[in-house]
Amino acid sequence: MIAAHLPVLQIVVPLIAAPLCLLLRRGALAWGLALLASWAALAMSVLLLSQVLSDGPVSYALGDWAAPWGIEYRVDSINAFVLLIVSAVGAVILPYARRSVAHEIPAEQHSAFYTAFLLCLTGLLGVAITGDAFNLFVFLEISSLSSYVLIALGRDRRALTAAFQYLVMGTIGATFIVIGIGLLYMVTGTLNMADLAQRLPPLGQNRTVVVAFAFLTIGASLKLALFPLHYWLPNAYTYAPSAVTGFLAATATKVAVYILLRFFFTIFGPEFAIETLTLQHLLVPLAVIAILVCSTVAIFQDNIKRMLAYSSLAQIGYIVLGIGMASPTGLTAGIVHLFNHAMTKGGLFLALGCIFLRVGSVRLESMQGLGRTMPWTMFAFVLGGLSLIGVPLTVGFISKWYLVQAALEQDSWLLAALVLAGSLLAIIYVWRVVEVAYLRPPPAGAAAVREAPLSMLIPTWVLIGASIYFGVDTSLTVGVANKAAVMLLGGAP
Amino acid sequence: MQRHLVLRVTTKLLMPFILLFALYVQFHGDFGPGGGFQAGVIFGAGFILYALVYGIKNARLVAPDYVIRVLIAAGLLLYIGVGFAGLFLGGKFLDYNVLASDPVSGQHLGILLVELGVGVTVAATMITVFFAFAARGRDEG
Amino acid sequence: MDVLGLYNYWIVIVLMMTGFYVVISRGNLIKKVVGLNIFQTSVFILYISMGKIIGGTAPIVAPGVTVYSNPLPHVLILTAIVVGVATTALGLTLIVRIKEAFGTVEESEILQQRDDT
Repeated sequence: MIAAHLPVLQIVVPLIAAPLCLLLRRGALAWGLALLASWAALAMSVLLLSQVLSDGPVSYALGDWAAPWGIEYRVDSINAFVLLIVSAVGAVILPYARRSVAHEIPAEQHSAFYTAFLLCLTGLLGVAITGDAFNLFVFLEISSLSSYVLIALGRDRRALTAAFQYLVMGTIGATFIVIGIGLLYMVTGTLNMADLAQRLPPLGQNRTVVVAFAFLTIGASLKLALFPLHYWLPNAYTYAPSAVTGFLAATATKVAVYILLRFFFTIFGPEFAIETLTLQHLLVPLAVIAILVCSTVAIFQDNIKRMLAYSSLAQIGYIVLGIGMASPTGLTAGIVHLFNHAMTKGGLFLALGCIFLRVGSVRLESMQGLGRTMPWTMFAFVLGGLSLIGVPLTVGFISKWYLVQAALEQDSWLLAALVLAGSLLAIIYVWRVVEVAYLRPPPAGAAAVREAPLSMLIPTWVLIGASIYFGVDTSLTVGVANKAAVMLLGGAP
Repeated sequence: MQRHLVLRVTTKLLMPFILLFALYVQFHGDFGPGGGFQAGVIFGAGFILYALVYGIKNARLVAPDYVIRVLIAAGLLLYIGVGFAGLFLGGKFLDYNVLASDPVSGQHLGILLVELGVGVTVAATMITVFFAFAARGRDEG
Repeated sequence: MDVLGLYNYWIVIVLMMTGFYVVISRGNLIKKVVGLNIFQTSVFILYISMGKIIGGTAPIVAPGVTVYSNPLPHVLILTAIVVGVATTALGLTLIVRIKEAFGTVEESEILQQRDDT
């Protein structure tokens, strides 16, 4: 019986755990419940993915109202993959969160923290799973509102202004998405994505459809922080609590990319988005600028958390570049980088959280000599850095390999060169940290720094380990990404 | 507000009608315009009016923070619980048809319970939002 | 072309641009939230006017009535209104905390303080 209800349980289990967390006044109990819910969500997303891979798309009609009228949850290879990314990162970060949150957030707010965390998880999973355009907006707002709360819980008072900034930008983005959905509803009379995909092509270049497309593109780009709409992201990531930064960096922007993919390829269809409106002429230049500019800005940051935030913007550039090339290889590169970047950047931010727990700062100068005092944490950081650069045997290499291949397929030597230039810039900003941590002695007279506790080290190493393992054995990630890319370009939902 | 006799008396007179109207909007939602959101807001507005006139301290005696907190969660749990009930009775999640012996009364029961959950959560949330703003930076006035 | 007949769209566009302009141009955080609200309200009107059918009644089955307005956009926008209320409440909460932490709700003064520290 459970197998048939998996799509809805995927959402409802974290959703029902959230109010229960609110009822549990003790932070430790709330944490335990959140942990159980997130592991259950991971188990369900693994089952869903295997179901989709063996039997094809899974559909679930909420309340037994049939598809074009009722809300449908529809899982195919692309969103099963996104569900796996989100729930895996959630399940890894919650064990980590207990020590980190106890250190950074006052005790009386712990149960509220886990409530917001679960709501954010629910929202992100919901965006990925739903087959209804308006339902997507509702889940998007659930995840956004709870992530504003999570960011505002940061200790620095600037977390408040960062959260407010994100709230304003995020709300504008989400409102743009609603306008787009509303315009689509006006011309088609349906909100179901599969139904929309069938009804839109006959309309051709209807002006309402084109305007809806523009609104949806801008709205989703705001949410995924595509250059030049990225203004909110560095502050939000820098001042949020460590566990929150790790979670949001690994999932929130990935889900926004999924929205973009869903609208471009499933709903409007590649013919409309790429051939008629030539979207690639917009996406590819913006992606390249994001890669070069944000990597360069990252080099000049002294706050390492902010440096990684800028690096995230550059990595989003790689993902969008892959999407913009709109070839099977390019799209595969973009989708596989969703996973790869989630693992790498999640692991890096968790390593930074370990450093923050022991050292109390994530500024470059306070990391002197950490290679000796916190060897495991720093080694994880270095491996993650290597993956950002794209060294072979890491997942970063896999993504870049496919990106370069896709560029060469289109005879675009320039794009291939630019991707490699981005890697060179990554070497510089990763090296700055390595140099300070390994080649400089610990500052004289500083308090002795111990290695981070195991409950935080293990989750960090799980993500970093994944970014090595999937760099060697790519059959799962590239296999699924390739399948998803072919499906998206085939136009079939 | 100690000396505004008219306001104090009028508020007292209006309170039962406001709350009754909220319940009417809540339970008449099956047959006419209404439902949980609207009813919850009206119910919450009744409490807010009381707090404005008689002070937050007195309002908190009626609606203490922990009760409100439990109610926020309880409304949501009732909603999800109805969903699960449909699931356990052999239908889909939030399937009202299987809740009673025949689909029509099942739909009635389902929407009634779900809207009740919505109403409870919305009312409790409105009260919380008001208390959080009004009591902040004050001596729990 | 019937420009005035589409007056609901004109209202939507004017409100949308007004709200958007307020969000961008004002440094006062409260005014930003007000602008955001106006911006969202324009979308509410877009949806609500979309569902209205001239001459149609409320979508409740009654004898002798054949034309009903479309209830779906209205239900959808009820959800969006609730989201808007939540956003406003959260935004104002953040402003209260910002005022406590920085002593001001002017963006320029907050930025100045951030440079100092």
